[in-house]
Amino acid sequence: MEAIRQLGQYATLLYHALRSILEFSTYRKNLFQEFVKIGYESIPIIMLTGVFTGAVLTLQTAYQLDTDIYPASIVGSIVGQSIIIELAAVIGALVLAGKVGARISTEIGTMRVSEQIDALESMGLNSVTFLVIPRVLSGIFMFPVLYVIAAVTGILGGLLAGSLDGILPAAEFMQGAREFFFPEDVIFGVVKSFVFGFVITSISSFKGYYASGGAEGVGNATTQATVLSCIYVLLSDFVLAALLL
Amino acid sequence: MIEIQNLSKSFGENLVWENIKFDISDGETLAIIGKSGCGKSVLLKHLNALLYPDKGEVVIDGYKLFELSYAELRKIRQKFGILFQGGALFDSINTFENVAFPLRYFTDLGELEIRKKVEKALEMVNLVGSGDKPTSALSGGMRKRVGLARAIILEPEYLLYDEPTSGLDPQTSDEINDLIVYMSEQLEITSIVITHDMHSVLQIAEKVVFLDQKKLSWQGTIEEMKSSTDESLLGFIKASEYQI
Repeated sequence: MEAIRQLGQYATLLYHALRSILEFSTYRKNLFQEFVKIGYESIPIIMLTGVFTGAVLTLQTAYQLDTDIYPASIVGSIVGQSIIIELAAVIGALVLAGKVGARISTEIGTMRVSEQIDALESMGLNSVTFLVIPRVLSGIFMFPVLYVIAAVTGILGGLLAGSLDGILPAAEFMQGAREFFFPEDVIFGVVKSFVFGFVITSISSFKGYYASGGAEGVGNATTQATVLSCIYVLLSDFVLAALLL
Repeated sequence: MIEIQNLSKSFGENLVWENIKFDISDGETLAIIGKSGCGKSVLLKHLNALLYPDKGEVVIDGYKLFELSYAELRKIRQKFGILFQGGALFDSINTFENVAFPLRYFTDLGELEIRKKVEKALEMVNLVGSGDKPTSALSGGMRKRVGLARAIILEPEYLLYDEPTSGLDPQTSDEINDLIVYMSEQLEITSIVITHDMHSVLQIAEKVVFLDQKKLSWQGTIEEMKSSTDESLLGFIKASEYQI
């Protein structure tokens, strides 16, 4: 029953957000701030995640294919395609659920329990337009950009790990990666990251917006936002794979 | 004019109060008093529809508040300024920007005019030169005064104060009380003050509404309160260690 009530609240919040999306002047300033916070400030962690994901995947793939049956360049093919289709988007999203999602729910939740949202509403400002729309739009626009960065750094990380460990030269890695590079895989990754951006920012905004009960309430809202974001990222990943692949 | 008509509110099974009914005429200062937890702040939040009742109506200048569309409600809300208990200052921006905030969103004023208005508002609340301070560097009394400056910056018709002197030392409380009187007399704003501080009530209010036992227990003018024989009201006044 509680789950249905929360789903109704979530749908209502999104409806109110969608209805006021044309009030651009209300959220313009916040939108650009969120582009920076969600996009620009996430670049270091996304690059780190990409590099290590690619590096570890290369070492493990080479270990599992350590026979003479396959050419060494197959490692580049597997790593490149795995990163583009799945890992850059999903691992990136799980990391961002912690970094971006937790910040959004804590920020909005603290504003709720300290009556700052009441203050916005009491002035005649639509708090959903002011707080939720810029965060969700930034998620939708910036996650695909972060996905591309994660994918590029992931492949670079794999290439570096392969050549530094003496598994395969960089040229051979890239040859393998190029052979199995299909532009539609990138489109699939972009679509996934677009959906993940919406899922994480909307769930986190929702949990923060309806937080109650002081510091403990904000803590609970943040925990729920992060856990639910991760669950729905994995769930939507499965649904998108079933629908689009 | 504000008319509160048979308002009742519960949270789940818990009844907060029922059948609350009183009026506030233009230019009046009304104090809503009662024990902690009796629902004073809940009542205040009904006056500009931050909360909705289970039953009853609030009528502002002829508009039935709970029947308005959200767009209409937002217009009515602009008639109000609210001083929240903790100030409710936006902690991502400094003091100046907090006070300037309503001007930036609801007027077309240029930067120079905004600066003039904000400086004037800060001067009214005795905070000249504090504009650059982050809100985290403000004391409790200063936060309330910044909140008050923000509440009056759009020259509202109604000012709602939620426990304006709670947690403050007697001297700072007096300063806040003087400010409330100043706002009412000089700016002719209709004021509704939530408090359990009888010293404040006698300093600022013309009329009093007393909430007790989940209902409006007593209402009248300050003079009527002084001569009242209502036992629950006298008990509350006595418990607040104030002689009238």
